[in-house]
Amino acid sequence: MRIAQLPLSVREIVKPLGRMVVFVVGAGALFSAVMILLALLFKGSAADLQLIEYMDVGILPYTISILPQVLIDGVTLGFVYAAIALGYTMVYGVLEFINFAHSEIFAIGAFAGVEFLLFMERLGILSGATGLFAYILLVMAVLAGMMASGTAAVIVERTAYRPLRNAPRIVPLISAIGVSFILQDLIRLVESLTSGQFHRIFPTFGPFDDRVSLFSFDMKMGPVDVDIQVKSIVVIVAAVLMLVGLNYIVNATRIGKAIRAVAQDRSSASLMGVYVNGVIAFTFLLGGALGGAAGVLYALKFTRIDPFIGFFPGMKAFTAAVLGGIGNLTGALLGGIVLGMLESFAGAYLTTFTMGAMGAEYKDIIAFAILILILIFRPSGLLGEQVSQKA
Amino acid sequence: MKESMRESIAKIAKRLNTGRAPYIVSGVLIVVGTLLVYMSPRSILAFLVFATSGAMVYFLKMNKTVKLALAVFIAVILVPILGARNIFYLEVIFQIAVFAALALGLNIVVGFSGILNLGYVAFYAVGAYLWGFFGSQQAFLLHEIPGTAPLNTPFLMAPEWFYIFVFLGIIVAAFVGLILGLPVLRVRGDYLAIVTLGFGEVVRQLVNNLDKPLNLTNGPQGITPIQRPPMPKGLVDAFNSMVSPLVGNQVTESQFYNIVFYFIALVVVILAIIVTARLDDSKIGRAWTAIREDELAASAMGIPANKMKLVAFAVGASFAGGMGVIFAASRTFVSPDSFNFMQSIGVLTMVILGGIGSIPGVIIGAAVVIILNLQVLQSFSLYLTQLRQSEAVIPIINFAWKNLSTQLDPAKYQRLLFGLILVLMMIYRPAGLLPAARRKRELKGNAENDALKASKDAAKEKSNG
Repeated sequence: MRIAQLPLSVREIVKPLGRMVVFVVGAGALFSAVMILLALLFKGSAADLQLIEYMDVGILPYTISILPQVLIDGVTLGFVYAAIALGYTMVYGVLEFINFAHSEIFAIGAFAGVEFLLFMERLGILSGATGLFAYILLVMAVLAGMMASGTAAVIVERTAYRPLRNAPRIVPLISAIGVSFILQDLIRLVESLTSGQFHRIFPTFGPFDDRVSLFSFDMKMGPVDVDIQVKSIVVIVAAVLMLVGLNYIVNATRIGKAIRAVAQDRSSASLMGVYVNGVIAFTFLLGGALGGAAGVLYALKFTRIDPFIGFFPGMKAFTAAVLGGIGNLTGALLGGIVLGMLESFAGAYLTTFTMGAMGAEYKDIIAFAILILILIFRPSGLLGEQVSQKA
Repeated sequence: MKESMRESIAKIAKRLNTGRAPYIVSGVLIVVGTLLVYMSPRSILAFLVFATSGAMVYFLKMNKTVKLALAVFIAVILVPILGARNIFYLEVIFQIAVFAALALGLNIVVGFSGILNLGYVAFYAVGAYLWGFFGSQQAFLLHEIPGTAPLNTPFLMAPEWFYIFVFLGIIVAAFVGLILGLPVLRVRGDYLAIVTLGFGEVVRQLVNNLDKPLNLTNGPQGITPIQRPPMPKGLVDAFNSMVSPLVGNQVTESQFYNIVFYFIALVVVILAIIVTARLDDSKIGRAWTAIREDELAASAMGIPANKMKLVAFAVGASFAGGMGVIFAASRTFVSPDSFNFMQSIGVLTMVILGGIGSIPGVIIGAAVVIILNLQVLQSFSLYLTQLRQSEAVIPIINFAWKNLSTQLDPAKYQRLLFGLILVLMMIYRPAGLLPAARRKRELKGNAENDALKASKDAAKEKSNG
């Protein structure tokens, strides 16, 4: 049976899943191939000799032995970026405006989720949580993050963006930067009111820190075990569910049709009886909720959060959105996965290949450099159509 | 309600500007401000009165010569003397001057040609690290691990080179602006803002990480010590012998450097103002305005849009580069932390607050933001610290001040301040506190501007008749 013959609702679930598989496998294969090629090229170089001297492995077996782990990390990170990027891309699709405050919406979600779990910990519920109950608690934390972020996004839209909707384009952007700064300090204010510090640690509970052994393979230097942390699986599964859900809402429901109509032509949509303000608010709600969920997942993965964590994931997610073609949902997914992989590869291999001259710190620079290059040479992104730019 | 308020403000402005009133008002303000600052050097209120007197000299309608004389009197005689009494004022004024120059530079980019540059502070970093590298021992530490400078490392250059490097900083930053601008300016609108932001971050991260393989920037620890320009022998003593009977205390050499840097910054700001004003009225300035309003139409009229935008980028960058050199020398220390995204936004806040494209507006914006930041927030913090040390309790909710977290210091909430200024200005007064003259003309028909114009016309008639 062909995909096109499936009913719309099924099609819109199968299609994004298929795309995700293609993107993950494709990006993974491409990056692995490039890496192995580089390792071959570097054979016999100073970096190779140094590695043999210190670790007794050549650069090629070294590269291959850590490759599966790097790929897993890259996919995990990629899905988090994709979930944030969707928030940018949806708002851009509807309003043609960069919601600079989205990175702080993301941080709000992270804090709401972590605060919920800390509250549970204080009640004594968390320590006894095992098995299914731990997962239920995590889902509730994610929902708390989604609610907080969604609400925050709608409020921000109503107060800081809607009054400026017909102003020149630079004006709402500046307002968004202002909102982003305000939110950072508001989070900090609230968090330091309740305790002396403004950072929070994701409480350890449940099986999330365990490692699941996937497979092992034999190399010359001995067997290599490949394992994945439970929390990475949780992050990937949750992100996939959310991305499919969002795709379903946008492409297969009535409100989704309204969103697409407003994105195409706001005034015509309004003439057709679409309640534009409501649709825009709903877009912010969706994007914000997704960002909030990504925030909780990010906190789960990286444990420590502070009010300023939003900046780098936010910038990278924006890069991902631009890389894929801003305004394009599939593009955000692709961009997120590519960027996550790239960052993971840079973090794992850069130090070895440059003999310590360039450390993993350069992964941020790489993300920004890609952003700049993409915007200069292909502003429409990998999957975007050529859009005429209004100055 | 609003109308009547505006009318009464216009009325007050009119009364202030008639006859001898402006001379009396500014004279009294200067005397009172000076006395207040002299008597209570730690009070902000006194400083604000003094600052207002400076602003009044600019805003009130007076004879040009008198204006100039008063301004020179304040800037060259009063400020150093008062500064000698409380050196912190010189720090505030120096920062105002530095950021006024930065804001003037950003104003060329954002205000005149309409390019939102969110990585402006990168050019500032270029200037600062230029003198940071050549004016320190860093060149001999290329192969040392950061933080392990051998004791007897010589300096690369004599301190006299500082003056050359101010100009070199201007040139190098302009050049970096050109190199960055060439590819970047093809992108338009809000994408350009993000690209410049990315560039700013790349520069900061590079500076942060270039301590290996060659230790160029000393990494996150920053470069120190950086040389200051040489002090002529006997200058401090001469100043002390003249001023100390007035002030009542002697100025040490390191304190006197504050005065020196104040004058250097003042000269640069005045140069920046002249350059900006001349550019604004020139053919280039009009080309920028045309590009800002409608790039397509501008290029259709034969304006080489990309070239003009490049010029704007380079000129704006050059101001920041020159100030960067001065900043590095005055602090004797540079580190990547001074050049983060927040600094860029801080400068943008000054431009937006004062009025995009308006030269006096931008300077006022810089002054207001710096005073809020360095003085109002700080003294608020100080007040809270005092409360915290006391036994006082908030009455109704029965909360002891000493339990208040130190994280709540208002001085730590600059971001909130910047953010609020940006959002509120964008929503309620997008043209800024002192809109640019050209904007004012554009916004004809707006009631507020009519009122302003009416009051000005009336004042003109009065002074003519």
